[in-house]
Amino acid sequence: MVQLIYLTTLLPLLGFLFNGLFGSKIKNEKIIGIIGSSTIGISFLIVVGAFFQTLSMPVDQRQTIVNLFTWIKVGNLDVNVSYQVDQLSLLMGLIVTGVGFIIHVYSIGYMHGDKGFGRFFAYLNLFIFAMMNLVLGSNFLLLFLGWEGVGLCSYLLIGFWYDRKFEKSTTSDAAKKAFIVNRIGDFGFLLGIFLIYLTFGSLNFNDVFARAASLNIPQYVFNFIALFLFIGAMGKSAQIPLYIWLPDAMAGPTPVSALIHAATMVTAGVYMVARCSIIYASAPAIMEFVAIIGALTAIFAASIALVQNDIKKVLAYSTVSQLGYMFLALGVGAFSAALFHVMTHAFFKALLFLGAGSVIHGMHDEQNIQNYGGLKKYMPKTYVTFLIASLAIAGIPPLSGFFSKDEILWSSYADGNIIYWLIGVVTALLTAFYMFRLVSLTFDGKERFGHDKHPHESPAVMTIPLIILAVLAAVGGFIGIPEIFSGEHGNQFDNWLEPIFQPAQAKIAMFGVHSSLEEIVLMVVTLVGVIGSIYAARYIYIKNIKPAEKLSKRFNGVYNLLLNKYYVDEIYDASVVTPIVKGSEIVLWKFADIKIIDGLINGVANLIEKISGSIRKIQTGVAQFYALIMMLGIVAALFWIILSL
Amino acid sequence: MLNNFQEFYNIIPILLIGAGFLISLLIEMYFKKSDVILPWFTILIFLAAGFHALYAVNSVSVIFQNMLATGGIVNIFYIIFTFGAAIVALLSIDYIKKYGTYFGEYYILLQTSILGMMLMAGAKDLFMIFLGLELMSVSFYSLAGLNRKRLKANEASLKYFLLGAFATGFIVYGIALIYGTVHSTSIDMIASRFYELSSDKLFIAGILLFLIGFSFKIAAFPFHMWVPDVYEGSPTTIAGLFSTGGKAAAFSAIIVTLGVLFTGRIGNILMPYLAVISVLSMFYGSIVAISQDNIKRMLAYSSISHAGYLLIGLAAGNSFGVAGVIFYLASYTFMNLGAFGIVALIEGKDESNLTLKSFSGLASRYPLLAALFSIIMFSLAGIPPFAGFFGKYYVFIAAIKSNLTWLAILGVLSSVISVYFYLRIVVLMYFKDAETDLKIDVSKTGLAAVIISVLLVIIIGIAPGTIIDLIAFFFK
Repeated sequence: MVQLIYLTTLLPLLGFLFNGLFGSKIKNEKIIGIIGSSTIGISFLIVVGAFFQTLSMPVDQRQTIVNLFTWIKVGNLDVNVSYQVDQLSLLMGLIVTGVGFIIHVYSIGYMHGDKGFGRFFAYLNLFIFAMMNLVLGSNFLLLFLGWEGVGLCSYLLIGFWYDRKFEKSTTSDAAKKAFIVNRIGDFGFLLGIFLIYLTFGSLNFNDVFARAASLNIPQYVFNFIALFLFIGAMGKSAQIPLYIWLPDAMAGPTPVSALIHAATMVTAGVYMVARCSIIYASAPAIMEFVAIIGALTAIFAASIALVQNDIKKVLAYSTVSQLGYMFLALGVGAFSAALFHVMTHAFFKALLFLGAGSVIHGMHDEQNIQNYGGLKKYMPKTYVTFLIASLAIAGIPPLSGFFSKDEILWSSYADGNIIYWLIGVVTALLTAFYMFRLVSLTFDGKERFGHDKHPHESPAVMTIPLIILAVLAAVGGFIGIPEIFSGEHGNQFDNWLEPIFQPAQAKIAMFGVHSSLEEIVLMVVTLVGVIGSIYAARYIYIKNIKPAEKLSKRFNGVYNLLLNKYYVDEIYDASVVTPIVKGSEIVLWKFADIKIIDGLINGVANLIEKISGSIRKIQTGVAQFYALIMMLGIVAALFWIILSL
Repeated sequence: MLNNFQEFYNIIPILLIGAGFLISLLIEMYFKKSDVILPWFTILIFLAAGFHALYAVNSVSVIFQNMLATGGIVNIFYIIFTFGAAIVALLSIDYIKKYGTYFGEYYILLQTSILGMMLMAGAKDLFMIFLGLELMSVSFYSLAGLNRKRLKANEASLKYFLLGAFATGFIVYGIALIYGTVHSTSIDMIASRFYELSSDKLFIAGILLFLIGFSFKIAAFPFHMWVPDVYEGSPTTIAGLFSTGGKAAAFSAIIVTLGVLFTGRIGNILMPYLAVISVLSMFYGSIVAISQDNIKRMLAYSSISHAGYLLIGLAAGNSFGVAGVIFYLASYTFMNLGAFGIVALIEGKDESNLTLKSFSGLASRYPLLAALFSIIMFSLAGIPPFAGFFGKYYVFIAAIKSNLTWLAILGVLSSVISVYFYLRIVVLMYFKDAETDLKIDVSKTGLAAVIISVLLVIIIGIAPGTIIDLIAFFFK
């Protein structure tokens, strides 16, 4: 099975080609949906097979390189298209294909009747193709190919309904925003790759990481590499200050938000930093920076989520905040805790988005939670699964989010910086609050929608994926039960990833965080806070809506600040976008481009065209003349070469 | 006996085509439906020969008393020739019916010309090269003027013959001088004595004349004059063959004969000549192509400028350069056949629809054709990720490695100029409204041939490393 791993990229590619080329001609949605989903389903089975095969191998031989073909070979640069099957890539592969498959199936119901049905599945398959290259690639260039590929798919899918309005502008503007902001990150990532090649003389993970551990390389080089790579991760994984594209990315269809902008693509940055753990371990200053950015993003985005009224916006800011958690974990050296959270987050956040999709579907494209209310009797399955996901993200035991969040909080505490832990706990409280504000306003209380709306439960093709994800969100945490509860076996999840992160952890002298009684105390403190937070949210938003109004009136300034997302978009507009637009219009376009560049180019082009027009007259059509020209050429060449001997 | 058997096994590609064209003669004479059978039989023969060459690529040997080489680079050239020719044959099925009268000779001459090319690529002796060259050239002269009733075709054929004979004369003259100094026509013998004779004026004059003769065949400036007229007058599919197979065969002859210059063992004394005609061809081709209205003439000038890029690889004079040239030839063959294929599909009766204007607005009515043609144009212009980019990339890198950075820079500049006329077609197809009411009958087989070419262009562009590895392996 390990050797067949290339099928997990090939099949989605074939699915993309099929649906892309023939999708618009086939009127039958079933064929498109089945082909689109089955390619991912089979890929998932292959990854599962590869996983069990790898599991049966001895721990020190669990890395297999599957070499497909030589890609680029110039001088010392020798890049193959080859896949690295190991603990980390298998974990990511399982998430991508597993959650991906569920969301593909869900989309068959969600996209039913859309005129771009075939195009949608083509893009989704292309996304899985790119994402699998990203996580399986055994070198930085293939990683970059996947990285750019998922960015492209993200762009295409955000603007999928290119003819629809989105907020004040159009979905294409949201797509462009995502693309441009990501380019900034990609630029940093690319610089990082160049610097890696310059420093280590190779782009293969194994070579680079082995040399990073053994060669004597100056500290600042590591710092720059780690920083550049992290700039890439900031863009892709929506960290401050490059997070602004993710909330707008909600313009895309909801399954896209679930798959790309919650479960998989946005965690690519986390994967990349974890993959380069040895480089980060060699750059402690940048590790600190990663932790700070992560912690700030977590609390900042969570505070915005408190007051948003668009169901998808709340979830989007929640995603940004949870990604902040993951980077906090990476920054304090708890690499495997970060990936654990990637996994559980993929389950419950995908479920939340799909549940939101189900609600939007049932409410005929209404997205404002102030216009919902009392939906639980209309959509019981959606409600129960949504509730499970909300409890999981809030961190209620024994649901999955509890374990992963606890591991991150404990690691940041054990790292010695209590501020990180405090920010983490406050974020957890905020998370519980905004999630239950969302649940209460949507499913409980009075019905606040008009009589023209007839909410209904979604079809089975949509609810079954919800149920599967709900089960995963509920029990997914058990593979990472902390040592303090599981006894001598320790944390299974950490054990699985241990060989990947062992060199990095040896370097930062943190051999896994060991549990102690303190952990239980902190856990209980957090839990009590979270439960209080949930209760407060339910009290305010179900029992009595007035305290919410009172609160928002009393703290009008803060409320508006949050509602307007700290005016970050406006600040960006005023400080970056407008100057660039104006500057490029007046200076670059009207002066530099039109006057200088166009003038120069047109001048040269005109000149060349004139030359072209006059030289072509050599071609007289007279054969004798042709022979004469040849003869002259021969005589000139002979004289020149012979005389120069 | 066993040894002989091995020799025959190794030249199965040549035997297949030799036998194939004899059988084709019989099919042409005795079958009523020969116009249906013959094209497919021809394609089958080409594919069989090509796949055998691919399969036996490792059986490197020299056979027939030091006359022919097999395996390795030779087989890679066989693959380029036969697959290219198979695409030409597939394109021709409907094209020559549209073009006018059907002649069975068409496919037979196609086979003999490929046989000639194969003899050139495999030659270990100057006589063998000459034999192959004449077999190819005479077939080409006849193919160019196949439709006797067309004035332009007659003109093309005659011009090609006159100037071709002129060039062949210099090749023979060169061979005579080489024989006079080396006292042998064996290529190995020439190679081994090259160094001691490299200051012998007679010997170098012979080599230079030989090279000039082939400069004519590859369409390098100033020996290119026949190219636009002949391409314009010949059947479009045949023009495609001239520009790909013909060029590849001439390059194979140069590489086979003068290989010793390009592997770094002795200095590349012909570098100045190669570099100068390379620069002249690149710029002349790119610049004059801009002012062409006829698509076939434009492709002819494009072919001249590509000869220039290819010559960069030879001027570099190292093994990267030669490997790059072979890679370039493979990718160029498929992209140019794709280009001529699309022109052949769009061409109407009596040479209509051949102006650039006929391509305006094509995308709205024939989106598939427009998309395919755009890919080919991007590839010809050298834009990644298509095959054309990597061809140029490898020869430029080889030039830089030989301290000919200026040549690589000029190559890039010329590519920039060429982007103008390649992408102008894309602009016409996608952003302009149709001026003429173009109605075409898209031939299924022709379209299949173009799609295959485009797929190959994409595949070569995705995995260039694998192919260059294979080529470079045989060059060490």
